This record gives sequence, structure tokens and C-alpha cells, in this order.
Amino acid sequence: MKAPDRVLLAHGGGGRLTRKLVEGLFLPALDNPHLATLTDSAVLPELPPGRPALTTDAFVVEPPVFAGGDLGCLSIYGTVNDLAMAGARPLWLTWALILEEGTDGELLETCVRGAARAAQEAGVLVVAGDTKVVPRGKADRLFAVTAGLGVVPPGRELGDALIRPGDAVLVSGPIGDHGATVLAHRHGLEAPGLRSDCGPLAALVEALLESGAAVRSLHDPTRGGVVTVCHEVAARAGLRVVLEEQALPVRREVAAVCDLLGLEPLALACEGRALVWVAGADAERAVAAMRAHPAGAGTVVIGRMAEAPAGAPPVIMRTRVGGERPLDLLTGIDLPRIC
Amino acid sequence: MCLAIPMVLVERDEFEGVAEIDGVRRRISVMYVPEAAVGDYVLVHAGFAIGQVDADEAARTLEVLREYADAMVEL
Amino acid sequence: MSGGPYSDPAAVAGLLAELRTAAARLEHRLTLMEVCGTHTHSVAGAGLRRLMPERVRLISGPGCPVCVTPVAYLDRALALAALPDTVVCTFGDLMRVPSSTASLERARAEGARVEVVYSPRDALELARRSPELRVVFLAVGFETTVPAVAGVLDEAERTGVENFMLLPGNKTMPQVMRVLVDDPELEVDGFLLPGHVSVITGWKLFEFLPRDFGVGGVVAGFGPTDVAQGVLELVRQALDGRAEIGNVYGRVVTADGNRLARELVDHYFEPADEIWRGFGVVPGSGLGLRSRWAHRDAAQIEVELPLPSEPVGCRCGEVLRGVIDPPECPLFDSGCDPESPIGACMVSSEGTCAAWWRHERWAAGAVR
Repeated sequence: MKAPDRVLLAHGGGGRLTRKLVEGLFLPALDNPHLATLTDSAVLPELPPGRPALTTDAFVVEPPVFAGGDLGCLSIYGTVNDLAMAGARPLWLTWALILEEGTDGELLETCVRGAARAAQEAGVLVVAGDTKVVPRGKADRLFAVTAGLGVVPPGRELGDALIRPGDAVLVSGPIGDHGATVLAHRHGLEAPGLRSDCGPLAALVEALLESGAAVRSLHDPTRGGVVTVCHEVAARAGLRVVLEEQALPVRREVAAVCDLLGLEPLALACEGRALVWVAGADAERAVAAMRAHPAGAGTVVIGRMAEAPAGAPPVIMRTRVGGERPLDLLTGIDLPRIC
Repeated sequence: MCLAIPMVLVERDEFEGVAEIDGVRRRISVMYVPEAAVGDYVLVHAGFAIGQVDADEAARTLEVLREYADAMVEL
Repeated sequence: MSGGPYSDPAAVAGLLAELRTAAARLEHRLTLMEVCGTHTHSVAGAGLRRLMPERVRLISGPGCPVCVTPVAYLDRALALAALPDTVVCTFGDLMRVPSSTASLERARAEGARVEVVYSPRDALELARRSPELRVVFLAVGFETTVPAVAGVLDEAERTGVENFMLLPGNKTMPQVMRVLVDDPELEVDGFLLPGHVSVITGWKLFEFLPRDFGVGGVVAGFGPTDVAQGVLELVRQALDGRAEIGNVYGRVVTADGNRLARELVDHYFEPADEIWRGFGVVPGSGLGLRSRWAHRDAAQIEVELPLPSEPVGCRCGEVLRGVIDPPECPLFDSGCDPESPIGACMVSSEGTCAAWWRHERWAAGAVR
């Protein structure tokens, strides 16, 4: 596998350099018979029974390589997880890159290897790809755009409309790891114990759904964190989310980064966590099933659903000290504050 | 207007130092805490240590808080 | 908000129980004012306001430096950001504050060079790395932050970084507190005093309150136990008929504060008259660069400024003085909300209006 020293405009031109890039780097890394045909479209075998699920995603991350991952693996996991949250078994992905002229070849190679590793771990094939190169200054090193195709097995039904008062809210592990990792990097904080949680969730979801627990809905709290997902769910379900501050799993390093920068773990991105809405009576069964899987070892119940009183905040948190506070949707991006 | 965090000083020279809390480290200026030694807790605001944490006072406060907590347990 | 002993639920419960017992003996309701945005934030964050006993009313004063930054300052910052080869560095808090035209965030989207920094040292570092640029740091904040600004200036002077400047906008607390206590429309029975300002100034700075006005104050930290301890001490003062300066944040606050920090601040800055949004000019409450350091003063750079305009109908001033509650402003939740703030009180997450919008409007049933 060989990456060029630097990305040149010609690498995106479609000619000889493009071919060298594809055959020298992408094919060996992503290695599968569909991709190797290098035809205009991947023609795939018949879909397994069930309903097809299709998702698309764009990935931009600063820094592009961080503790625990890189843009490459992040883009694969993110796509796989979108499918998994819909109850779909992920099958085939497409992977397109937009590269800035002058990007370091080593960075590109790291991301390609990261994507390859992630695809293997997630049990999916990258069957089609594309590369474009834009002049220096027109993009920030590299952006990835994906599509993912999976199948929701027959009889599986998930959705926020299924959520009822009394249902439990679970999270599969500590929150804010990814967001805290990239923010720490950007603001000169060193935290050797801190790494992104980016990882695949499909196998964890299968284990959960196989347990027989009445799972209503699944979401991964990426951009905007847990609080954003809770608002979306509250709105769609027409119910109120009540979180318990004491129950929220937050690594000490993540808490420290948040304290230093004036941010909230609930608002930071996770890239390998599932938020699960499950019937209240099945909460313990769901927790046990998830904890039995490595990706869900840290699963805990973090709250419950309730009726939404008219004119009242849709998402609230019972604080550690016995108070109650509404959790608002974020306005704007995370900015470190001094006040 | 006061987001400041107590952190432990893990390195220092005359002006510069490194402070740590819960596994997170940052370079800080220690120009305002000349007497703080490695191992002491300092209060960090906007990249500067602005004061030292008085360990005895902290212990006193914790004792008071423990009494209040215990009073609740007795109920 | 992370855990730790100053968030211990049992300790807070114990303190609140004691507070309830004490408050029951009060003859009239106490109005206690905090003057620190971080206090506003931590009270809201723990959901403490509603846990306070009925006879204790906690109100917010002008403790949010973002909220009291005058429109003219933002206008000047924007004008500087539009100059060639100039980068404006700011704390995140200021990014979304509306000026006479746009916010810094909006200006950045339109091509102005604006960088958010956690520390003024990051701004100095940028200046050092990019000698071809002029770097202007927006120096806002109260006494807690000024030493950081002075420290960075000192480093710039010592290490010969010539392309680093400040737009002075720091303010000090005592003068505006005098205005508050003097205001006949406002009845404050006691102050929850800012814990980290006091680390620098020492608590003795606030002795003018009982001495000149017969009003007490207690310096408190920012965990729920700290706030509860502070309020409890104020209630006890009221019950005893005492007006004093108390300190329940002894682990970092002393009588004299950080003399070294104040000396360096004094080396670079001198008191100046300053405009506080909602108050007008508060004499001697600002910190300007001494003339010797004029080469560091970005306010000396000639720029074209719009006529400063406060939004019509905005009653931030009265809100900041504690005279009205946010819902009494006609714009509250009716054009002005955290998503699209009109006045500064709504921008900062601890601005009184923003805090109210987030937490209180539900309880008051004032949702439209």
C-alpha cells in the first residue's frame, strides 16, 4: 500500500495519477471483490429479506487524527451506526473523499487505513468510492462523504412514536468522550487517558434486540450530544425526558475538560454510544444484554420518560442535589467560556 | 465572571508551570503564585494560577459539610 | 457540573434544612443579590433557586461581564476585525453578543478575522507565531481576569512581541455595587459576593458595604454547598441584625487577596470611567491602559464606527439593575430569545434573561 508524498490536483483528475492512487492505496486497503471491479457502479447481490435502509453522512473533524481514531474510521463507524440505530444490519458502504491539494500523504494513508480497519471490524464492505482534489485553501485537508445500505429484518419495528411514559432511557457507556478529546486537542489540554469512543454499534444492537427486551427506539448522540437527541425524541414522542444527573456516566477526564472550558458533557459528541429507549419493565434485561457485549460494558439507565405537562420544558434533569433544571437545546456551537 | 478550577501543580519554574486535574494537564502561568510548590493546589483561571488553595481551610470546610451531611443521615 | 464534596447531596440537604429552619424565623423576605455570572450559572445548574426557602429571594445583578459590555465596545471590536492584517481574539462569551450591526460570530462568517481563545496567552502565542499580523485581544471581565490580561501584556513587553495589543474593557465591581445599593428602586438586603474576584481583591474590599450602607455580604464559592453556606450566613446575619462581610470560601479567599497580581495590574492599568450597559457611565469602574502603554492600546487605532444604537424596547438596563424581572421586558421571548438575542442579557448563558428564559419562564407559566 502506497500513498503519494503529497496530494496533487492531478490525483483527482481521473488520469494516471488517479489510477495510481486508487490501485496503490484504496484498493489494497479496502480490499474486496466489489470495489476491485472498479466499474462505474457496484452491482451487488440480492438484498437479504427485509426492508432496505439507506443513509448518507458527511465527515469533517479537526484534528483529522486524534486519540482513538481518525477521519477514516470515524466516517465508517458513523455510517454503520446510523444504520444500526434504525435497526438495520449494515451491509455496503460508499466512501468518497474530497482532498485539499497539498495534503500530506501520510495523513491520507492513516485515514484510509483507519477506514479499512473500521470496515473490517464492523463487518461491512466499502463497495464504491470516489476522490476529488480541490485547490489549496478550498478545503481543510480532507472531507469524507459516505452512503450506507443495510436491511431491517422482517418484523423489526423501531421508532420514537412507540415510546411510552415510564419507558427507560439507557446509554451504552460514558458520554462526551469524542467531543472532549477533540476539544482538548484544540485548546491545548493534554489528557493521556482521554480517547474518542468512536466504534461500531451494530453488533451491540443485535445483542440488545435479541434479548427480547421491548426496545422502542435507538439513537446515537453524535453532534450536539445527548441533550440534542433527547430534545428530538421528546418532540417526536410528545413526551418529556427526565434525566438523573447522578446516573450520567462521565469519565473524570471528560468532566475535567468540561470544567476547564465551561462546557457540558451532555452537549458533547459521542461517536460510539447508543441511546436506547426501552419499556420500563424491560430496562434491567436490556442493561444486562448490553453489558454482556464489549461495546456496551458501561451501559446504565440515565432517565425515564414521562407525560409532558403543557407549557413545560420537554427535557429536564434532576440534579445531584435534589433540584431540577430544564435542559435546553444548544444555541450555537461549543465555545469555551470564561464566565 | 469567574470560571476557575482548582488543579494540582505538577511542574514549575519561575513563571511557567503545568497543572493537572483528573488526568487533564495544561500549561499555565504561575507568575502570581511564587510560593506554590509542586504538589500544591492552585486555582486556575484563563491559563493563570491566580491563587493557592489553603489545604487547612479546605479540610475545615469539608468537616463542616460532613457535619451537615451526617445531620441528614440521623433524621 | 461535576461531582465532588461541594456537590455532595447529603451536605446540600443538610444545609438546606438548616437554611429552612433559619429562614422561618425571618420577619420579612430577604432579597439577596449575587453579582457574578458564574454564581448565576451554578445556581441554575444545580436547580438551587427553587430549593431556596420562601423567605429568601435570590436575584441576579450585573455580574455578567458580557451583558454589561457596551454596544460601542463591540462596534469597535468589529471595526478592528475588519481592518487588514488584523486578528481579533476573544473569549467565547463575546462571540454572539449583538452590536449596532452584527455579532463577532456573524462578522467572522462574513470574512472578518476573529479567533476564540480560552486564555489571553493563546492570543499572545498567535501574535508571536504571526509577526505579519496585528493581534488584538478583547480584554473583558472583572477583577478575576485582569491579572491574566496584565500578565500577558507583561510577557509581550518582556519578550518583545510588538504586534500584540488589547482593546481594554475590563471592569471592577465595587463602584457599580455602590450604584446598586444607592438605587432607591432596588432593595437589596445582602450580597452573595463573587468568590473568584475576591481571590484577587481580598474580601476586605467589600467592607464599604456594611460601613457605608449597612448592607452585609458573604463571599462564597460556586459549588452548591458553597452557595448554600453563603446564603445561610446571610440569613444568620439578618436574624442577628448584623451587617458584615463574611467569607465561606476560606479555602481560596483571604482578607488581602493576591497582592502580587494587583501590583502588576496597577503597573499597566489605571481606573477609568466606563460605560456599563444599563447603567450608563459608572465613574472609576473601568480599567484603562496607562499612557505609557499606549502602543498596546487598540482603542487608539482609528476606525470608523457606526452610531451606537441600543435596540428599541430593550430593557436590559433595568434587568441588570435588578429592577424588573425579564418577562417585564416587552421583547422577552417575543423577538428576543437565546437563539436570536437582541439585548446582551439574553446572549450570555448567565445573562439574567437567558437564565430566566431557560429556567424560570416555565415555572412562571409565562410561556407564550
